[in-house]
Parts: sequence; C-alpha cells; structure tokens
Amino acid sequence: MRDYTNELLELIRLTSTNLPKQVEDRLKAALANEEPGSAAQAALETILKNVAMTRKNSTPICQDSGTPIFYIHAPAFIDRDELTRQIRTAVELATKQSYLRPNAVDALTGTNTGNNLGDDFFPTIHFQTSETDVLTIDLLLKGGGCENVGAQYSLPDDNLKAKRDLDGVRRAALDAVYQAQGEGCSPGFLGIAIGGDRGTSYLASKEVFLRDPDDKNLNADLDKLEDQITTEANQLGIGPMGFGGKSTVLGTKIKTAHRLPASFFVTISYMCWAYRRHKMIIIGAKTIYE
Amino acid sequence: MKKHLTIPISADEIKRLHVGDSVLLSGVIMTGRDAFHKWIHDVFINKTIPSTQEDLDILKQIKPLLDEGLIYHCGPVVSGLDSKQYHFVAAGPTTSVREEPYQADVIKFLNLRGVIGKGGMGQKTLESCHEAPAVYFHAIGGAAALIAESIVEVLGVHKLEFGVPEAMWIIKVKDLPVIVTMDAHNASLHTTIQERSKAAVDTLLT
Ligand code: SF4
Repeated sequence: MRDYTNELLELIRLTSTNLPKQVEDRLKAALANEEPGSAAQAALETILKNVAMTRKNSTPICQDSGTPIFYIHAPAFIDRDELTRQIRTAVELATKQSYLRPNAVDALTGTNTGNNLGDDFFPTIHFQTSETDVLTIDLLLKGGGCENVGAQYSLPDDNLKAKRDLDGVRRAALDAVYQAQGEGCSPGFLGIAIGGDRGTSYLASKEVFLRDPDDKNLNADLDKLEDQITTEANQLGIGPMGFGGKSTVLGTKIKTAHRLPASFFVTISYMCWAYRRHKMIIIGAKTIYE
Repeated sequence: MKKHLTIPISADEIKRLHVGDSVLLSGVIMTGRDAFHKWIHDVFINKTIPSTQEDLDILKQIKPLLDEGLIYHCGPVVSGLDSKQYHFVAAGPTTSVREEPYQADVIKFLNLRGVIGKGGMGQKTLESCHEAPAVYFHAIGGAAALIAESIVEVLGVHKLEFGVPEAMWIIKVKDLPVIVTMDAHNASLHTTIQERSKAAVDTLLT
C-alpha cells in the first residue's frame, strides 16, 4: 500500500480552510433575506467575508477546527492499520502547520496533547469496505460549540407531547433548536437520526452531514419532514448567532436506523455554519478532491 | 451605523451603548478563558490558592492594561511558537457562559469595561454590567480569520503553560467587529430572543 500522508494533509488543509460552495450559497441566500441594518445582517456579512478570506489565504475558517472525523470506504488492498497511522501523521502535520488547532485534551487531567493525537477516538476514524478499487475518504471537522448543543430524545416524551412517530421527531427537533439558541453558531444544519441505540443514533446523526446539502431524501415522507423542520425552526426567530432574525437553520437531513422494540431515540446533531467537509477519492495514481 | 470605540473605554461611552449596536473596537485587550478566570479567582479574588511571586508579577503587568479595558474569551490558533514571533492565525470567540461563575467578580476586581465572547452570559454578569458599568460584546462565532486580521500585533503572553488556547495573550486590535448584546442598562438581547423563541416554539408544539 502506498503512502497517502501528503494527500491526507491536503484533504485536511482543504477542509479546514475552504467552506463547501453549497454551504456558502446558503449563507448568501440567508444574508439576502435578513433586514438591512440588523445585527443578523451584520453577523452574516462578517461570516461571508471570513469565508472568502480564509479560502484565499488558506487559513482555518474557524479557530476551533473541531474533532476530525474520517469516514473511509476502503478497498480490500488497503491495510487499515497502516492507513490509520498515515491519518494520524497527517493530522499531526496539519496541526504543526496551523491548519488545525491542538484540540485533544486528556479527559481527566485536562492536558492538551498539543498535536491533536488522542486515544482511539481522536481523531475519529470509521472504516467501511468499498466494493470497488476506489478509496474514498470523507473528512468532517465537527466544532465543539455546536457539538455541545446536540441532543438525544427518548420517545415518547410527555413534556413535548412527542409520540413515536414523525410528528414526535419534529417536536424533538424543534425543541433542540430552541434549546440551542445561537450557541451552536447559528445559522446551522441539523443531522437527525431516528432509531438505533444511544451510540449508533449519534453516529448516524453525524453521518448525514456527508450528504450533499442540496440532495433529496429518497424517502418522500422524510424529505417532506426535512423541509418542514427547516421552515419551522426558522420561525423561532433565533437568527444568526442568536441575535434574532430569519435564518436559524439552513438545512435538515434525516436518517433512520433499526431500533429495538423497546427504544425510540431521536438524535439531533447540530452543525454550525462552519460546516467543514470535503471528500478525497483515490483511483489508482489519481487523487480527486470534492 | 457602526460605532468606533477605543480602549480604554470610559464609563460614559459604555453607558451610551445599547443592545443591538454594531461596534468596531480598537486598542489593547487580553484573551482569557477558563484557565485564566479560574486562576485569577482562586489566587486573587477568593484567595483559596496562595499567590507566588510569578502570579504577583503577572497581575502587576496586566492590571494597568485591563483598567477600563476588555477581556476576550478566545482560544486562538497561534503560529510562530518556536521562534516566539507570535502571529494569530485564527482568533474567533469561544462560549462565554462557562465563565459565568467568575465573570462578575473579575469585572469588578480588574475594573473592566466589558468582555468579548459569544453566546452571552447570565444574570449575575448582567447585574455586574449595570454596576460597573460594563457591556458584553458579542463577536461573530467562527469568524476567526477576519478577527485575526483585525489583530495587528501580539504584544506578549502570560501563562503559556495553560496551553495556547488558554494562555493570556496581550493583543492590539484595530476595528474588531462586535455587537452589543448585554448593556449597562440591564438589557440582554439573549433574554429577549429566548423569550420570543419560547413563545414561537410553544405555538408550534401545541
Ligand atoms: S460552533 Fe463552529 S463556528 Fe462556532 S466556534 Fe465552534 S467550530 Fe467555530
């Protein structure tokens, strides 16, 4: 297996410094929609200036480069242990080059490792087997502020009048957006998982952030619910940074996971406006970044 | 209209500010987050930890800088650590509410005119803003590079052993863009938005 460290380093640089176009377009649309002279408008203007500047200067979009989460589809010839080592080396190099902030903190002592290398879960690496000879690596940088406002609900929930159905999911999602206020650096994106156990439900709620923000859910009911949640969340008036305004949530994605008969979890992961995600596709000697 | 303010800021200037105002800040400020607030609280305010000579020296140096000045809740990405030619690569705000247990005391102890952060703070801090007077300036979360551009010089650093994000960085800023979200007149934009969104969510969930 060849050495992908340099390609991985480029993937990290790209992800930390270059906000995906679809996300930027949504921020622009949100800006056009806010009242002239409002704090919401000032916030979005600042955000968009920042996005253009970091892309041009190749510097981190946000100082919190978050948890690096790698999703890998690996063909059989890939040695997973070796690729893991290469990813860790690339993360360390990217930290040295200031594309990532040292973010791995010992849970007990509070000591920062200084190089973004923690235990088995930091950086987080998910492997799946690719059916073809193509190696794809998706990288998501998930910030801490928005991670803190994620929430998991166990339905039914009497307080929210949420039953084990799609309306219950809607209720949980709107409550999560209300609770988050501006603290997840709104306007943001919602990743929602229905089902699973507590652990897999959180995993699935993050995995949906790998979907193209502009795609459609293949399940028509879920597709409708995604749009409905986005529309209603924006009626809360929380706005950019919680300053008030029309743009609070810029998109919602939902995924289901098989659950136990006894459990019905709805898990909401919040992704801040700094929705940093890129993909690297390796076909033989060729590397493509998306 | 954007207002320009120069640090140190007088009590009168602070009283003229109201929630929703857009402000561009210029002057010398210091970054400080969890480790700084705990340190100053434990060593100098509550005095649960005896002060060392080093602690006293640091306090002596930062006190005049912070008199009628500002603390910025920020965990920066800094380059030039080996050469000590420090440069802020990214410098957005971090969540302020973690400092709520300390902030009111720290504002009083250092005679601050405010803090810069994100997410707003609680009732205790709001009351101390009224008393001081001081305000809460909200920087734009995540707009780290733009803010870094407004940091024209890194003048020094204390307590680098707290780690780069937690250290106390003395920085000179020019036209740092912020919004007043808690003012010296007991108004908090955060409370208003929270109440308004509560009414809206209740309607949607009936
Ligand atoms: S929530 Fe996102 S934009 Fe806000 S500080 Fe964290 S990573 Fe940056």
